[in-house]
Amino acid sequence: MTALKEELKRQIIEVLNLEDITPADIQDEEVLFGEGLGLDSIDALELIVLMDKTYGIKLSDPKKGRDIFQSVETMAAYISENRTK
Amino acid sequence: MKRSVFINGIGAVTAQGVWRPEIFSDAQVIADAITPADQPSYKGLISPGVIRRMSRGMKMGIYAAKQALEEASVTIPDAIVTGTGLGCSEDSDKFLRSLWENEEQFLTPTSFIQSTHNTVAAQIALQLQCKGYNVTYVNGAISFESALLDTLMLLQMGEGDNVLLGGVDEVAEQTYSYLQAGGYIKAGSIHETVKTSVSPGVNYAEGAHFFSMGGHKIASSYGEVVDVVLQNDLEPSEVSSFLQSFIATNDLRPDDMDAVILGYNGDEQDDLFYSAIQLELPAATSLYYKHLSGQFDSCSAFGLAAAAFVMKYQTVPPVLYWNEKNYPKTTWRNILLYNQYQGKDHALVFVRAC
Amino acid sequence: MTGRGVAVTGIGIISSIGNTVEENLQTILAGKHGLSRIANFPTRLQEYIWVGEIKHSNEALSDSLGLTSPHAFTRTALLGACAVRQALESANVQDVCDLRTGLISSTSVGGMDYTERYGMTYLTSSEWHRYIPSHPAGDSTHKIAQYIGIKGLVTTVSTACSSAANAIMMGARLIRSGRLDRVIVGGTDGLSKFTVNGFHALMILADAPCQPFDMHRKGLNLGEGAAYLVLESEEIVQREGKGVLAYLTGYGNANDAFHQTASSENGEGAFLAMEKALAVAQLTPHAIDYVNAHGTATPNNDLSEGRAMQRIFKNTVPPFSSTKPFTGHTLAAAGAIEAVYSILALQQGIIPANLHFDTPMEELDLIPETETQHQSLSHVLSNSFGFGGNCSSLIFSKA
Repeated sequence: MTALKEELKRQIIEVLNLEDITPADIQDEEVLFGEGLGLDSIDALELIVLMDKTYGIKLSDPKKGRDIFQSVETMAAYISENRTK
Repeated sequence: MKRSVFINGIGAVTAQGVWRPEIFSDAQVIADAITPADQPSYKGLISPGVIRRMSRGMKMGIYAAKQALEEASVTIPDAIVTGTGLGCSEDSDKFLRSLWENEEQFLTPTSFIQSTHNTVAAQIALQLQCKGYNVTYVNGAISFESALLDTLMLLQMGEGDNVLLGGVDEVAEQTYSYLQAGGYIKAGSIHETVKTSVSPGVNYAEGAHFFSMGGHKIASSYGEVVDVVLQNDLEPSEVSSFLQSFIATNDLRPDDMDAVILGYNGDEQDDLFYSAIQLELPAATSLYYKHLSGQFDSCSAFGLAAAAFVMKYQTVPPVLYWNEKNYPKTTWRNILLYNQYQGKDHALVFVRAC
Repeated sequence: MTGRGVAVTGIGIISSIGNTVEENLQTILAGKHGLSRIANFPTRLQEYIWVGEIKHSNEALSDSLGLTSPHAFTRTALLGACAVRQALESANVQDVCDLRTGLISSTSVGGMDYTERYGMTYLTSSEWHRYIPSHPAGDSTHKIAQYIGIKGLVTTVSTACSSAANAIMMGARLIRSGRLDRVIVGGTDGLSKFTVNGFHALMILADAPCQPFDMHRKGLNLGEGAAYLVLESEEIVQREGKGVLAYLTGYGNANDAFHQTASSENGEGAFLAMEKALAVAQLTPHAIDYVNAHGTATPNNDLSEGRAMQRIFKNTVPPFSSTKPFTGHTLAAAGAIEAVYSILALQQGIIPANLHFDTPMEELDLIPETETQHQSLSHVLSNSFGFGGNCSSLIFSKA
């Protein structure tokens, strides 16, 4: 789980071009959208593709993403339960 | 009653760096097939959360826009009008490549969103919170002059006091490689200038040029833009009548022109049009600029900035002279700009010192 | 605006509901949508999305225009030329050079359809190099100008999905300022893999025919098409005794300045565009008899546009409908296609139905017209909004 969370942090930084941020800057429980890391609805769509491409998880409703993408912690939990690759 | 229209502020990111008083004295003549603009630092100008998605065109556009507005002391303009030939090519290329590579799977929307041609004008509106008129023109070599025409109409008809006018085009690897394959851009191994060009194609570059245009003359004003005319298609033999009718419309005679700024780019076919204009204006000093800006669809905006510089400082930087010998002149009042590309998209712009 | 505005003397259109103005009118009166599965090019999305596709191949369009191959007209240019030719016939213009005539076109996709098909071969083979200069958006306009033999002020607007409305506006201003006597204005966009996949990535495409302003709307359907108007000055109309189809009396352009793609919750940009258009037309909101809404059927657009309509019209929102279920969202062409429908509404005294509407949105007390209405109309307002916050409104008035 710790490895997955580290991997996720690196992927988030890469796909969202979060310049000047390192995996160590993102806390497991930190809120990703709005306040916290300041991600927005376009980033959510990018994360949906990340889920599909890397973990084989298809999310057809962008609204569902909101709960899953609350934090690295919630993302990792959802991935380990639902991943197909 | 038509109002006069003034260039009150200029901003640019070009192959010669950003807009500054020394831009022409520092200038280096381009001798490469593709020259990216010399980029300033964008830190502090655009917030990290916003800049992370931006292509070069967007960053250059925002920098140039803010520089122009600052010089004219305008916080929020009444309108934003831009021109771009290829739009946000970098994002376009990126989306297209992932479409091909992943066979329509795993596509992310950011590059698609930013591939639309109005992205730069829209981003500037968003950054400035400018809710006014906002239009982008995309028509080859007259993309910028189309925006200039719209700006003139807005200001002349009193539909606003300040209009942010700009032109942006960016180097995008894939798109430029196609233009190179098609022979429009010189081969990468060639190192010729506009003057020494013998091989096919021209030297391309990129840039963003913005002008804070106003209906009132202010302390920072560079000069007045009096008129612009656009024409999609002309033969070299028709250039004379095109010019004469424009000059007559503006109650001028050919001898009234102190200088003519020409779009010479090193292409033999294009030369025919410019030499035809020179013949019509024997008293005007011929200037050129694409040896400094490089060719791209909105590069004629660099020509307008050069004209503004000459009007404001009443001196011609030596690097701009087309001929080696010129009659000495002390005042630069009326200047004509002429640009076209491969016989298409002709524009004449008439500016006057104020 | 002084006088009665700028005269519309000709219209031309090609869309998924017809190759001519008459065919479009008949399909609207019959209430038949023009949505189907993509057939003109292979795509993974074929079974998942509905589109307003014109069922003619590029070869067939090229033949109907009498073009000789090989040429480098992209689908966007072909559709545009079809609609412009009709518009000129409708305006009874034999010679585009007899007056100071301009062409202001618009497109968002430009020549991307051929770049996506042949681009990967450009570096290794010269076979398809004639399409390299067809890629820029402005090329489609050049091709149309070449086809109709126009020499003069020719340019292209690209403001995403509000493009054609802005081209129409620019044309009207060129006539008002005295720079032109006549101008052909409108927009064209062909469907491409690039655009369908882009909107798919944004997750705003519906997997069923779209339902504008419905509580359960699931997104938009893309479409393709072209439409153009011929605008002429009042002086030319008087001098040549020309028939006038309608007058363009108002126009407004504003930016929402809210988000790269999403519209603001209170529809600020849309509100400002409508407000400006009314001011130019010197009309009060209650003079508007019908609103041809942008109504893309995305959750975001319809709520934002609905709120903007409630702000401008207060408690008396006029009859309104979105005609996008007929044609799909034709992007840069939409503003011109819907301008043609607005003019037909004035001429025929009809309000087109907003197809597939079932349940009102709970956030708004607004119900579109669900059946074709027959009533006399004096002023019609047409909305077009696009990515980047670009919002434009046009007002057409009865001739």
